[in-house]
Amino acid sequence: MAIKISSGHLAEIRKHGEETYPYECCGLLLGKEQAGVKVLQAVRRVENSREDSRHNRYLIPPQEIVRGERYARENGMDVIGFYHSHPDHPARPSGYDLDHAWPWYSYIIVSIEQGKAADLNSWLMQEDRTGFDQEEIIKEG
Amino acid sequence: MAVKVLIPTALRQYAGNNDTVSVEASNVGEALSSLTSQYPDLKKHLFNNEGKLRNFVNVYVNDDDIRYLSQESTPLKEADVISIVPSIAGGTDNWRR
Repeated sequence: MAIKISSGHLAEIRKHGEETYPYECCGLLLGKEQAGVKVLQAVRRVENSREDSRHNRYLIPPQEIVRGERYARENGMDVIGFYHSHPDHPARPSGYDLDHAWPWYSYIIVSIEQGKAADLNSWLMQEDRTGFDQEEIIKEG
Repeated sequence: MAVKVLIPTALRQYAGNNDTVSVEASNVGEALSSLTSQYPDLKKHLFNNEGKLRNFVNVYVNDDDIRYLSQESTPLKEADVISIVPSIAGGTDNWRR
């Protein structure tokens, strides 16, 4: 599986991460799977409303995902994944993330170093739930 | 009674590529167990090793989260729609420092 992303959408994700620095940003990735490739068609920002809660906080509550899925369906798309930023930390998932993921979805992480977007990677959870593999990003436009 | 379960995109590959599955059930627990007996590959992505719903997996009956109803004993009516919805948790505090 790979994900095709336009340079405009990549810039949008990076910009969101820079805007919310030093806090994390998060959002939904909407699009369609075509011939085994996920094609990103829209990025939907989600407000991180739980900055106060340091323990087991949820970045994207289920109600936001329900709303995002409804919006996607109405516009002929699906939720194809999620993104969030890691302020001053690498663009890779934690072991903890394994307990909170499903296969197939793209989990994009953008590292924000000192307020500037750095590495951006997409991750796929392995089918047996034991780890993440880096997913190919096909850049277009 | 017959209810519909909406399958999120990520899990359709484990549910015969269906976006909805109809099951006969009188409560949410029965609906989920009927779903996972039809499609056993779904099980590990919905339930943990103790057989409990994973804590990022949320179940809605129509527009209501079953956590605020009667959890898995939440009764169902004919034509209810069950949604399985993930929430995305940030685990950074557990690994950063």
